[in-house]
Amino acid sequence: MVDFFGLYNYWIVIVLAMAGMYIVIARGNLIKKLVGLNVFQASVFVLYISFGKVSGGTAPILLKGVVTYSNPLPHVLILTAIVVGVATTALGLALVVRIRREYGTIEEDDIHSQDGHT
Amino acid sequence: MLREHLPVLVIIIPLIAAPLCILFRGRDQAFGIALLATWGSFACSAVIAAKVMASGTLSYELGGWPPPIGIELRIDALNALILLIVSGIGSVVAPYARNSLLLEYVEDRSYMFYCAFLLCLCGLMGVAVTGDAFNLFVFLEISSLSSYVLIALGFDRRALTASYQYLIMGTIGATFIVISIGLLYQATGTLNMADIAQRLPEHGYDRTVIAAFAFLVIGVALKMALFPLHQWLPNAYSYAPSTVSAFLAATATKVSVYILLRFLFTVFGVQFSFDILPTAVPLTILAILAMFIPSIVACFEHNVKKVLAYSSVAQIGYMVLGIGFVTMTGLTAGILHLFNHALMKGALFLVLGAVFYRIGSCNIDRMAGLARTMPWTMAAFVGGGLSLIGIPMTAGFISKWYLIQAAIEKGWWHIAVLIVASSLIAVIYIWRVIESAYFREPPEDLQNVKEAPLSLLIPAWILVFGNVYFGIETSLPVSMAELAARSLLGAN
Repeated sequence: MVDFFGLYNYWIVIVLAMAGMYIVIARGNLIKKLVGLNVFQASVFVLYISFGKVSGGTAPILLKGVVTYSNPLPHVLILTAIVVGVATTALGLALVVRIRREYGTIEEDDIHSQDGHT
Repeated sequence: MLREHLPVLVIIIPLIAAPLCILFRGRDQAFGIALLATWGSFACSAVIAAKVMASGTLSYELGGWPPPIGIELRIDALNALILLIVSGIGSVVAPYARNSLLLEYVEDRSYMFYCAFLLCLCGLMGVAVTGDAFNLFVFLEISSLSSYVLIALGFDRRALTASYQYLIMGTIGATFIVISIGLLYQATGTLNMADIAQRLPEHGYDRTVIAAFAFLVIGVALKMALFPLHQWLPNAYSYAPSTVSAFLAATATKVSVYILLRFLFTVFGVQFSFDILPTAVPLTILAILAMFIPSIVACFEHNVKKVLAYSSVAQIGYMVLGIGFVTMTGLTAGILHLFNHALMKGALFLVLGAVFYRIGSCNIDRMAGLARTMPWTMAAFVGGGLSLIGIPMTAGFISKWYLIQAAIEKGWWHIAVLIVASSLIAVIYIWRVIESAYFREPPEDLQNVKEAPLSLLIPAWILVFGNVYFGIETSLPVSMAELAARSLLGAN
């Protein structure tokens, strides 16, 4: 039981990841799919940030009298991943705009039926 | 002095050239910059390859920071071969793009195409040179993001949905890879791939490492379109402009295969990947399914680009089959096929670009009788097609020959038979195109089609010539593949 609650941020990661994946798979709306993808990526951000936590450590800023700091490296890494995620979302949304202009809809089923299902 | 900075130059050149294309804008300026950048990085790759073959692995400390703190660029025979493939295909495709329909379609914005193309090249080269796991992910995403843009440039509106689908699946794959790298970092406290490999046995193979392994294999399988995770590939390659299809089909999935090789053999180690976990069994089964099911689908497609796209999924099967053998010959075969497939698919897609340029379609019925009006184009198709099937004296034969040898070496006769059988399916789908082009009457409106311009024919023929050359004079790819296979297996 202690383990269960002690690892609660990892449980959050799993719930977020599964919820995000489910939205990507189950929703036909192209924007909602992108939202799901973002939720999924956010779960990974939480995962990385959890890695960096050192018990009893403070934020990694040099202070007098503090000897234990959290590990800043995973945080820096995930900043890079966040930037990649932002670029992906921007590009995805740009594609959705173009798709809507061409097809007049952003529902996957309508798009497939317009193309005679490929 | 410049020579020692070569490993970083291969990525810096396209990275700097990409924004220069935006700054100068003009169609000719952008083309000139792209040409210089691709040829420059190809020249660097060639020098690096010669150096690696002569004196072994190259290591470069980025910014002078020694690893494992700093990022290390590490190039062994496998990396050098991938560099040669990516920059070589880039150098052939860059001049081809200038006169292809693609740039007439985007008109005065052609500099944007070159910018995305160079960024994609930079990302793929970056994956091939870096020795840092997280760096690898960043470069992979640079190449993926720019390839989504390139695919969306297609003439058909379905290119947009294909690109979107690729974006969703590619991002899930990339995110799986990040999760894996994070778990590995948590287990070992380092991101340098050689360092992870060293510390993993000490750490022990607990659940964290096994989870990292699973995420990585699935993530990379998505990126390299391993059957049954290939759904994004056929649409993406058939609706993308031919120039882009040729470049991506020849390079993008190959780089993903490289990532799989690097992680399975170097980072996780042969012992963990294949002795402790039974990875070889699912890989082999999926590889054999990939050799047959997409090939059979290809036999029923009417769009020739789609035929080739499905065939690409099948070819990934051959490479993975070679990996699944986990023997010296098997790995050599897989790596050789990686090189040869880049040559043949590059050639075939460039030929289809020339066909599309003249008749505005790649439909098999529209291509009827095309050999009469475009003899040189269709002859190049036959050349590339023969190599794809694996006729002796072509590059395709060499890799399949090694693959069959590897199967026999293991005593798996039935797999050797399956390799031959799946090649016979390739005969069917290539023959359908040849039959249509050579033995049927052209449609009424396509009686007076002109031969494709030389600017499109020459790049296609260079690759066809490469197929024949490396089918006869095999020493360069074979020696590099053998050296790569030895270092992959010998790392542990």
